[in-house]
Amino acid sequence: MAINEQPTSFFHKLKQGLSKTTKGFSDRIDSLVNGYDILDDDFYAELEEILITADVGFEMTMELIDSLKTKVRERKTDDPYIVKTLLKELIVDALSIGEVKMNIDKAPSIILVVGVNGVGKTTTIGKLANHFNESGKKILLAAGDTFRAGAIDQLEIWGSRSNVPVIRHQEGADPAAVIFDAIHAAKARKTDILICDTAGRLHNKKNLMNELGKIFKVVDREYPEASKEILLVLDATTGQNALQQAKVFGEVAGITGIVLTKLDGTAKGGIILAIVKGMGIPVKMIGVGEQMDDLQPFNAIEFTAALLGD
Amino acid sequence: MIFEGLSEKLQNTLQKLKGKGKLTENDVKEAMREVKLALLEADVNFKVVKDFIKRVTDRAIGSEVMESLTPGQHVIKIVNEELTALMGSGQSKLTFSSKPPTVYMMVGLQGSGKTTTCGKLAKLLKKQQKNPLLVACDVYRPAAIQQLKTVGSKIDTPVFSMGDAVSPVNIAKAGIEQALRQGLDTVIIDTAGRLHIDDTLMNELLDVKSAVKPQEILLVVDAMTGQDAVNVAEQFHEKIGIDGVILTKLDGDTRGGAALSVRAVTQKPIKFVGLGEKVDEFEPFYPDRMASRILGMGDMLSLIEKAQSNIDMSKAQELEKRMRTQQFTFDDFLDQLQQMKNMGSMNQILQMIPGMGGKQLKNIDVDDRELVYIEAIIQSMTKAERNNPGIINGSRRKRIAIGSGTSIQQVNKLLKQFEQTRKMMKQFMDMEKGMKKGNKFKLPFPGM
Repeated sequence: MAINEQPTSFFHKLKQGLSKTTKGFSDRIDSLVNGYDILDDDFYAELEEILITADVGFEMTMELIDSLKTKVRERKTDDPYIVKTLLKELIVDALSIGEVKMNIDKAPSIILVVGVNGVGKTTTIGKLANHFNESGKKILLAAGDTFRAGAIDQLEIWGSRSNVPVIRHQEGADPAAVIFDAIHAAKARKTDILICDTAGRLHNKKNLMNELGKIFKVVDREYPEASKEILLVLDATTGQNALQQAKVFGEVAGITGIVLTKLDGTAKGGIILAIVKGMGIPVKMIGVGEQMDDLQPFNAIEFTAALLGD
Repeated sequence: MIFEGLSEKLQNTLQKLKGKGKLTENDVKEAMREVKLALLEADVNFKVVKDFIKRVTDRAIGSEVMESLTPGQHVIKIVNEELTALMGSGQSKLTFSSKPPTVYMMVGLQGSGKTTTCGKLAKLLKKQQKNPLLVACDVYRPAAIQQLKTVGSKIDTPVFSMGDAVSPVNIAKAGIEQALRQGLDTVIIDTAGRLHIDDTLMNELLDVKSAVKPQEILLVVDAMTGQDAVNVAEQFHEKIGIDGVILTKLDGDTRGGAALSVRAVTQKPIKFVGLGEKVDEFEPFYPDRMASRILGMGDMLSLIEKAQSNIDMSKAQELEKRMRTQQFTFDDFLDQLQQMKNMGSMNQILQMIPGMGGKQLKNIDVDDRELVYIEAIIQSMTKAERNNPGIINGSRRKRIAIGSGTSIQQVNKLLKQFEQTRKMMKQFMDMEKGMKKGNKFKLPFPGM
């Protein structure tokens, strides 16, 4: 697979943002590759450890290693250096499922942002608003998190930073009513993209998941003409539970894409491999820092290149 | 669901090893593969798992399988003991400084739940007759101060803030002065979420720490955290020095292996767990509960723990035969009582047996204090009476009551209970048969 070797400024930024995430990972892969003369069981055991430590998960790790072994056999080699290239191919393949582009080109469109508590939904919306605003789109935000103290104010501050209006009710109001009002405001103002915040909810809370269903019903009824994008925000620091989150939110909300946040830490977010490959939900954006422009479109090849080093 | 998987898997792995004897290296190795997998699925850090497996393996190889346990149960017992030991023994309470105000400082990554936890901790302190002050030092996240204010007003607790244009160090200092002026005895400092590798912000925490000298620095950790939990905990501990951990979002369906990772690298106790978004969904941390949650085995473990105490296998088999042939006597009953007493409260034990809770137990109410009388009554019976309770007539009852220092009513009650116990035993036996168990007498738990 051809990896884009041409360093673009975007790619540099991505690498910089991901530097802490990737450092441990690519360094360990490198020292693994350099530390072995042949591909023996010890080599694979160490690779297994590296992948599991990156939250790839046991099952996915075994799947990757099995595929790797097959590829190695096909090439009739036992040179550890080949592993990096082959692993890159495997990861790119695993991450290249589904449409990574957001479904927002045809106005009007609506983006609903969902996820468990504390993954960075509101921050992501602030950054998304800025991102689309800069590309000349007319944006409206809906403060659908009426539950968490301060959430509405938080969204308003983000809105004011990029001069984007926010539709809000009081804390404790019915979130479906907020979304209803926002849809009508978006229609009246001829908004290109309406981005809706929702309260963080753990996927095993039935009532809260039902509440989400109600919001979707309002959207379907009031805004059938809009192209829809339903984004699940996942925290890269999260372990195997992210799989469960994707599964349950997928069932209730029909997730169309994932935003993987907090990749500027040391966590690798390896669980997305299992989510993208196993469930076919593509990653659409990744968060690599706290600045406005640190939310970036996802690109499997560039992401993998940054992760494994060139 | 994978949650209840480990005990079953272990059981399958170790099925071939029926009976007693020592565990061989091979048995243990196979079992440990399952344990390792369960721990990794629960997000326990790889290195922590490796160390743990090594320790358990060393202990398990060559160990004698207890008579009352199957090899599978025996391995689970060792795994659980080691896991609980690693989680810390018993509860770890909050400490208070001798000179008020006692200052607690909350630190952690973004989105771990610091602000919500501040409110919960304040509520808890209020319940303990303390007067807390919340201090808003998160000047970075938009509306974080507003959030703390809202949380404070909900639990009727004052919040000190100076807006977001003042340095956290100065806010913290001024907050403590405020507490002193108003005679408030505890101060909870909310700080901004930050990455453990963000040197500027980590130094800022250090500055706050040296300015206010907190009694405790509490690291707030999301229970869903994956492998990276070790890095986060290690760095916060190394750079700032933490005194305890609060585990949040445990009301989710995560197995919470991060708890083990954090504990293993910092050696600091987990003091509380957050179990919901409401202010009172906050509990002390129980190491044993967490251990079984990570293993995914629930009450099974407590049952094994109790069963390991002396249930004598040969006696049990004898008993079973007697029950089959309906020769169950007061002597057997006495024996049983004594064995059960070693396992703890009888009601508790019966309730732990799946399928035995609730209804069936209502008419077999066993008060532990009564056991003393029961023993005395049985010991006042003659051999013939014990073997054949049918012969106990009015005058015998009177004699037994006097001999045991009880009343005739108590003797009557016991005779009635004895009949019920016989019935219960029959139920046990039927249940055993129904579950297609072997012919050994065992406490009937599922999957075992």
